[in-house]
Amino acid sequence: MLSKVAERVYWMVRYLERAEDGARLISVYGDLLLDLPRSAGLGWKDITPVLGVPKVPVRGRRAPTDAAVLRFLLLDPRNPGSLRASIANARENARTTRDLLPTEAWRAVNELHLFATKQLARSVAQRHRNELLGELVHQVQQITGLLTGTMSHGAAYQFLRIGRYLERAEMTTRIVDVAAALLMTGRKELAGYENTLWMAVLRSLSGYQMYRQHVRRRVHAADVLHYLLQDREFPRAVTYCMHELEAASGKLPKSAALVRLAARYRRDLGKARLDRLDLAEVHQLVDQLQQRFGTLHKSISATWFHPDMAPRRSAGPQAKPAASA
Amino acid sequence: MKINWGAYDPGSHYDELIAAPGQPRPGGTALATYLSSLTAKQLRARQDAAERAIVEMGITFTVYSEGQNIDRAWPFDVIPRTLPASEWRRTEAGLKQRLRALNCFIDDVYHEQRIVKSRKFPRRILDSSKGYLKACAGVKPVHRVWAHICGSDLVRGADGTLYVLEDNLRVPSGVSYMLENRIVTKRVFPELFANQTIRPVDDYPSALFDMLTSLSPRPGDQPEVVVLTPGIYNSAYFEHAYLAQRMGVELVEGSDLVVADDNCVYMRSIEGLTRVDVIYTRVNAEFLDPEALRPDSVLGVPGLLRSWRAAKVGLANAPGTGVADDKVVYAYVPEMIRFYLDEEPILPNVPTYLCADKDSLKYALEHLDSLVVKPANESGGYGMLVGPHASRREREEFAVKLKHDPRNYVAQPVIDLSTVPTLIEGALEGRHVDLRPFILQGRDLYVTPGGLTRVALRRGSLVVNSSQGGGSKDTWVVG
Repeated sequence: MLSKVAERVYWMVRYLERAEDGARLISVYGDLLLDLPRSAGLGWKDITPVLGVPKVPVRGRRAPTDAAVLRFLLLDPRNPGSLRASIANARENARTTRDLLPTEAWRAVNELHLFATKQLARSVAQRHRNELLGELVHQVQQITGLLTGTMSHGAAYQFLRIGRYLERAEMTTRIVDVAAALLMTGRKELAGYENTLWMAVLRSLSGYQMYRQHVRRRVHAADVLHYLLQDREFPRAVTYCMHELEAASGKLPKSAALVRLAARYRRDLGKARLDRLDLAEVHQLVDQLQQRFGTLHKSISATWFHPDMAPRRSAGPQAKPAASA
Repeated sequence: MKINWGAYDPGSHYDELIAAPGQPRPGGTALATYLSSLTAKQLRARQDAAERAIVEMGITFTVYSEGQNIDRAWPFDVIPRTLPASEWRRTEAGLKQRLRALNCFIDDVYHEQRIVKSRKFPRRILDSSKGYLKACAGVKPVHRVWAHICGSDLVRGADGTLYVLEDNLRVPSGVSYMLENRIVTKRVFPELFANQTIRPVDDYPSALFDMLTSLSPRPGDQPEVVVLTPGIYNSAYFEHAYLAQRMGVELVEGSDLVVADDNCVYMRSIEGLTRVDVIYTRVNAEFLDPEALRPDSVLGVPGLLRSWRAAKVGLANAPGTGVADDKVVYAYVPEMIRFYLDEEPILPNVPTYLCADKDSLKYALEHLDSLVVKPANESGGYGMLVGPHASRREREEFAVKLKHDPRNYVAQPVIDLSTVPTLIEGALEGRHVDLRPFILQGRDLYVTPGGLTRVALRRGSLVVNSSQGGGSKDTWVVG
């Protein structure tokens, strides 16, 4: 399999996962904002670290309005993490690997892109938001299902798994980080709303129902953290994702070093005693995880996409995949 | 309401299906009989079904000048073009003969140049040829074959003679549409395949693959063959991807390949560097190697020519083949057949005036209103003048260009191209067609049965290229 093709497949899936997780997050967070008191001063800006570069472009000297921030997260092509940009990038990568993908999957990606171009702007207003974002999530799930169900589980498929689970692990940690950061501010308006917040975190990861089934205790910060970071069966939990990443990598050539690295990170995470950490330590742990995800990405890239194998005489120009960010 | 076939009158044109009103030609009887049993509505329904199939199957092509619109659905007319097998046998022999002679010529040009020394081919034409590559002098490719894939365009005149209009030796395209046209037609007219013998075309990818593997520098092993494409924005990308998929080989771009210090070509894969034995290049020759050819090319692979000259990789078509893909050189092909093969040409050339010759130039300038004048090196039907269809002003402007650079132009009488019934807004009208069979040469020669029939969809137009409003038809060799 060509390195370039592997890289495009990997990024296509990362962008799709980013769009799905982002849509879910925005939908749930929007509902959360309705539950929390206005005096708490929360707004869309608080989740920009998950979906966007920290700085929203401002017009003039005034801070952007809440609606402008939401637009930035949903639609702005200048924001590589926006839902629309993620979908456009996913489609571009799919288009250039079209021969590899099952035909229906390509068509579904194309439809998703059309949907994002034509409909997504309507989700800025609260009235239609959950319906539209739900539709987006469904469409990505449909693509995931098509790929899992009709694509041969060879090398290309393993890259799909690697991309999906790495992105998912990153998104989960970012969401956890935002929740921890909010609570760390110690705003008195949020006192008494901790559980509401952690429930929202679970919902944004489609985990509330599973949490209730498997944890069976009241929603409690340490339990939620344990569930989302260390559970081995919940498919959005970070440990689960890392298992999948290891398993998929193991099926590819030259993967020994990467698998060892990922396994070490996973074991380290397993050792963390989350019930004993305060919020600042949680933040540090999550920070370290995110750095490690970055290292894993670099290792993946160096193993298969851009290995250091340029022979001395001629290196040739290397094509870049669509907007890898 | 049934279509009134009696009313279909080819007029002064040679029609491929109908000899005279109500009288089908050999090979066309079953088709004509069947079509005359359909109403206009039924025929329209078949055309619609064909168009839907094309969209569903994703058969597209791209046009350079379009803004946003990258892919267009392939324009197809559902009524096939028929050829009797008896005629095809002779045509096939003539096409093989031509490619053999052309390959002898190209090899000769890069070695002793015997044909020039015996004054059968003017040196000045060779010297002013744009396709000649110095880097190819002295190279001995496998089988001494340079043009492995050739698309020769055939046209039929009003007298029924099939002429060779030109030989496309650089990166001839269209074969994937020939294959897809057949698949679509089988869906639309399955009955017709059941009750007559129509030669199948789908063994082309297999024949192509066999020819390519015979070029491998490592015979005996399982050679690694790749298709080299300029990429998704190229107008023929659909075909590159299609052929790669049908042959079961990797589709690569220049950036996926690298030439190492051992002069071998490798592709960048997840396993590391994988050796490549044969490259079917759909990148134009000048762009193949920024080290040896155009330095600004980002489509090629630095060192590729070096690898090919060291016989570490096979390249189809070989670089330097363009020396024979030239309308001036075309005029000498009959001579090449006599010189290299000691045979008489089976298929005739269209009578051609080389404007480099003073008398021919004079003739051309005096008869611009009845000639087709073409630049020696363009393809796609661009830059040419169709005298009878041009305005006086266009002819005058063209005359200026002609006087300025006569070597670059050839003039030919307008061939009144044959027609085939075509579905135009619910009625059947004759439209001009040409034919592009594909000929492969490796160790042996192979010719596609029939080929791609291109049809000029605009009434009276003789321009069949898809980039200029042409469409295509399925082609049947019957009997």
